[in-house]
Amino acid sequence: MLEPPPEFSDVVRDEASLRRFLHGLPGVDQVGLERRAAALGSRSLKRDAKWWAIDAAISMVDLTSLEGADSPGKVRALAAKAVRPDAERPDTPRVAAVCVYPDLAGVAAEALGGSGVGVASVATAFPSGRSSRQVKLAEVRLAVESGASEVDVVLDRGAFLAGSYGAVFEEVRAVREACGGAHLKVILETGELATADNVRRASWLALLAGADFIKTSTGKVSPAATLPVTVLMLQAVRHWRDRSGRLCGVKPAGGIRSTKDALKYLVAVREVAGPEWLTPGLFRFGASSLLGDLVMQRRTQRDGHYASAANVAVDA
Amino acid sequence: MTSDRPASEQPETLGQPEKPGRPATPEQPATPGRLAVAKTCKLFLGGTFPRSESGRVLPVHNSGGAFLANVSQASRKDVRDAVSAARKAFPGWAGASAHNRGQVLFRVAEVLEGRREQFRAEVAAAEGVSAERAARLVDAAVDRVVWFAGWTDKLPVLTGGAHPVAGPYSAVSAPEPVGVVGVLAPQESSLLGLVSVLAPVLAAGGTCVLVASEQRPLPAVSLAEVLATSDVPAGAANVLTGRAGELAPVLAAHADVDALDPAGLEPDGLAEAAEAAAGTAKRVLAHREAPDWTAAPSPARLRALTTRKTTWHPTGT
Amino acid sequence: MSGWEYAPALESAGAAGLAESYGIFVGGEFGGGGGGPLHPLNPATEAPLAEVATADRSDVDSAVAAARASLRSVWGALPGAERAKYLFRLSRLVQERARELAAVETLDGGKPVQDSSGVQVPAAAAHLFHHAGWADKLDHAGFGADPRPLGVVAVVLSADHPLRRLASVVAPALAAGNAVVLKPSATTPLAALVFADLCRQAGLPAGAVNVLPGTGEVGAQLVAHGGVDAVAFAGSTGTGREVQKAAAGKRLAMELDGTGAHVVYDDAPLDQAVDGVVAGFSGSGGENCSRVLVQEPIAAEFLAKLRDRVRALRVGDPMDKNTDVGPLCSAERLARARELADSAQQAGATRWDHPGELPERGFFAAPAVFPDAQQAMRLAREPIPGPLLPVLTFRTPEEAVAKANNTPYGHTAAVWADKGSRALWTARQLQAGVVQVNTTHRSDPTAPPEPRQQSGFGRIAGLEAYLDV
Repeated sequence: MLEPPPEFSDVVRDEASLRRFLHGLPGVDQVGLERRAAALGSRSLKRDAKWWAIDAAISMVDLTSLEGADSPGKVRALAAKAVRPDAERPDTPRVAAVCVYPDLAGVAAEALGGSGVGVASVATAFPSGRSSRQVKLAEVRLAVESGASEVDVVLDRGAFLAGSYGAVFEEVRAVREACGGAHLKVILETGELATADNVRRASWLALLAGADFIKTSTGKVSPAATLPVTVLMLQAVRHWRDRSGRLCGVKPAGGIRSTKDALKYLVAVREVAGPEWLTPGLFRFGASSLLGDLVMQRRTQRDGHYASAANVAVDA
Repeated sequence: MTSDRPASEQPETLGQPEKPGRPATPEQPATPGRLAVAKTCKLFLGGTFPRSESGRVLPVHNSGGAFLANVSQASRKDVRDAVSAARKAFPGWAGASAHNRGQVLFRVAEVLEGRREQFRAEVAAAEGVSAERAARLVDAAVDRVVWFAGWTDKLPVLTGGAHPVAGPYSAVSAPEPVGVVGVLAPQESSLLGLVSVLAPVLAAGGTCVLVASEQRPLPAVSLAEVLATSDVPAGAANVLTGRAGELAPVLAAHADVDALDPAGLEPDGLAEAAEAAAGTAKRVLAHREAPDWTAAPSPARLRALTTRKTTWHPTGT
Repeated sequence: MSGWEYAPALESAGAAGLAESYGIFVGGEFGGGGGGPLHPLNPATEAPLAEVATADRSDVDSAVAAARASLRSVWGALPGAERAKYLFRLSRLVQERARELAAVETLDGGKPVQDSSGVQVPAAAAHLFHHAGWADKLDHAGFGADPRPLGVVAVVLSADHPLRRLASVVAPALAAGNAVVLKPSATTPLAALVFADLCRQAGLPAGAVNVLPGTGEVGAQLVAHGGVDAVAFAGSTGTGREVQKAAAGKRLAMELDGTGAHVVYDDAPLDQAVDGVVAGFSGSGGENCSRVLVQEPIAAEFLAKLRDRVRALRVGDPMDKNTDVGPLCSAERLARARELADSAQQAGATRWDHPGELPERGFFAAPAVFPDAQQAMRLAREPIPGPLLPVLTFRTPEEAVAKANNTPYGHTAAVWADKGSRALWTARQLQAGVVQVNTTHRSDPTAPPEPRQQSGFGRIAGLEAYLDV
């Protein structure tokens, strides 16, 4: 789906129309938003519900390593863990995808061939997004040609905060085209956008430009994912579906380390967007250490006693 | 509220060895055949207990002249570090709800109450008063902290409110803490006077660097331990021991200290501090000669340590 | 995957530690009462919770006398700083026994346990803590030097929020130096009885607080009693009129019925407005949100979001931590809510009900939205005893204000708008003691509400009502 839905063709016609639309969206009261998130976070999941949620969360993880020190060996170890998160419990679901830098996407693709785990690569001068259009698109092509089935790109926050919505829109459209059939996630970097109103506008901008997923953060800036910001983005994809008919997903990334937190996000998905979003096709966790905690909690649920970190394979 | 003998007349006992079995500090009564484990008295800075970076100590004696302990003698660099810690702690403490600050201060009172016996012995030794009087002073100190704990969410009654301005505007003032406060604690009232100048800073939402009484610092050292175990955030209250004459001018001239409470200064020191404070337009609280700390407390310090923010907003469709 | 249910997350009824029976609490002791016993029901199951003794006329006399005696002896002689410490103790005890109190509140009143434990119990502790701090500072409260207490204060309360309400009234009354005789609602008497136990644990001097369970008759006797100096009443406007007559000559403060109008302007933060409206109307008896006035241009969008949000509410066992809406507190309330809803339908209003089955037993009402309600309907003008929400539209701010003010009540209102000046202008125009801008349900011990018109007068949660000033 490369074109914006017909009902929005006027909106995306030019910068002025885009600005009018984005600034015409209802404002967000931050305090009220946080209260809603806190209420969702206070749900209590027991027994079967918790069991199901832990397995669902594992299946929604994009197991990530985005460090300067990443090497082919590290990526292969990551891939092995992605396919088999708990070596001693083969019934543990595999994760949704691994997420790496574009020059290692090939290694990941080879290691994961045929496993059903996707290969996601970052691109567009991740994490800052500060480079030329040419360089950014070249990275997208590198990722796709190396075998990435998903591409996580960053929004140009500088341009967005300067109000150049048209330029931001065009760039995402160009990235969308360079992705070809690969699945596009647009990272808003909500920590830099600073206000809830900006997050709402950026969400709509990315969706109008053809994103399959909107993603909270690169994980390199604090604050990264938070429950309130994710609630806001879930409202956006829900509203987008109601108005355009298109189903798009949300990926909170960075800062989600515990099973307890992950389950709060799943509650939010269910109650804010809707149960249809409770699938790896429409919701992901961008995380690294979270997987270890999910595996430990899964064991605790099944064995009936608290597990130890020694039971869980380290990534490296 | 003065001791029987002024500090300057107490005999010098430096250099005399301690006899075994003799109490090293007042709260550790000797048991025959058992040597008490003496406490090392350090500064309380940034939530931890470091020694002075200068490595110096000051000996402390009881009213009878007996050696009690060596306390760290803080230097100007310690003051600098304490101010930095207080500044770092300020946004969190000032940003906490008044309710929360009241709960924390009440916890300080709870912990202090739990250590009444220890403080009674320390105050008696420091001020040379009878056990009964020391007990009353300690009780009053606990009650004083409780009194201030109850003020945190009542400041707007003292200073703030809606202004009935001439025009279609909402104009509302709310009190905010002035910031980091430098406090010279009273020289003679080692606990009651001390809490009476420390608690209002915290109650108003400010953070402080407090210089304890030079000659009677041990209750302040123990109070720091109370603060450290009472949910007071690290750096919100810093307690330094040492020479007021050396440290006061540093606090007074420091550009990152917003207010100065000169309660523990003598007239000479007062004049010097006032002049130093003028260099940074720092507010200096009023100094009263020989205040009676046992009298009913007043909210004067709370007023002096808050400043008002007035917000105007038009009203119209 | 769409079948993901949360599984029951029940707080155990045992946490409430309910006794089989409770006596009346007079002069620091629990004892038998001369009236016939009450059997308060768990509104979620309709099963009785305990047997509660009630007071007869002689018990009322004894309680008033015990209160007076405490003023003449221990309680009355205490300096403010000592009174303060009793109140601080009570606040800490509420915090310590928070889980028990939350369970009692939910079993007796039917409000979801998340609300009881997350909001009601901490608020009760906060009221006690805040007013504890006033007990020794009355000189600075703005009433001049050394303001004196009134003496014996009679407190008669409605069924809503029994613990928070009683704490918010008893705290200032005690802080000011009065002694209290409290008659809790006959529907929800248990919080007051557990509170009496807290008073005992705190070592509160005998007679400073007395609790007389009973029906309206006990309240009437108490309010009219010659030995009572002041009255604080929370309840319906109808009963308020009786109380005012009976309490002639005494200081009186009353918090009565309210209709909370929410004005939603076209620039409102829409998702939060919907959240606030839904929380307001489904979570309480309607005093926080009993109707919405939405600006016409956004009415359709607002109603669509409202419908979605209502659908997501979880109605069920209030002891389940995941429940958003519990039962009403009594059969009588449920009957009144049904009657009011029926009258609206007869007047032609459309009605959307929250989908999903209600539990078989219990005083449950499905939250219902009436999207095309009109000003002329009773539903849009009367206090609402259950989760019913009439939605009306308006075009201009003046029209919104006129409609919002078009009731005899004046308790609470709310404004949802992005433009600050319009929000503040509307707040100034609204006839309500409390105006919430872009929020709902906010209350704090430092800001006691003052109702107006038929919603009452005075501030039962503030000091002034309990001081001779």
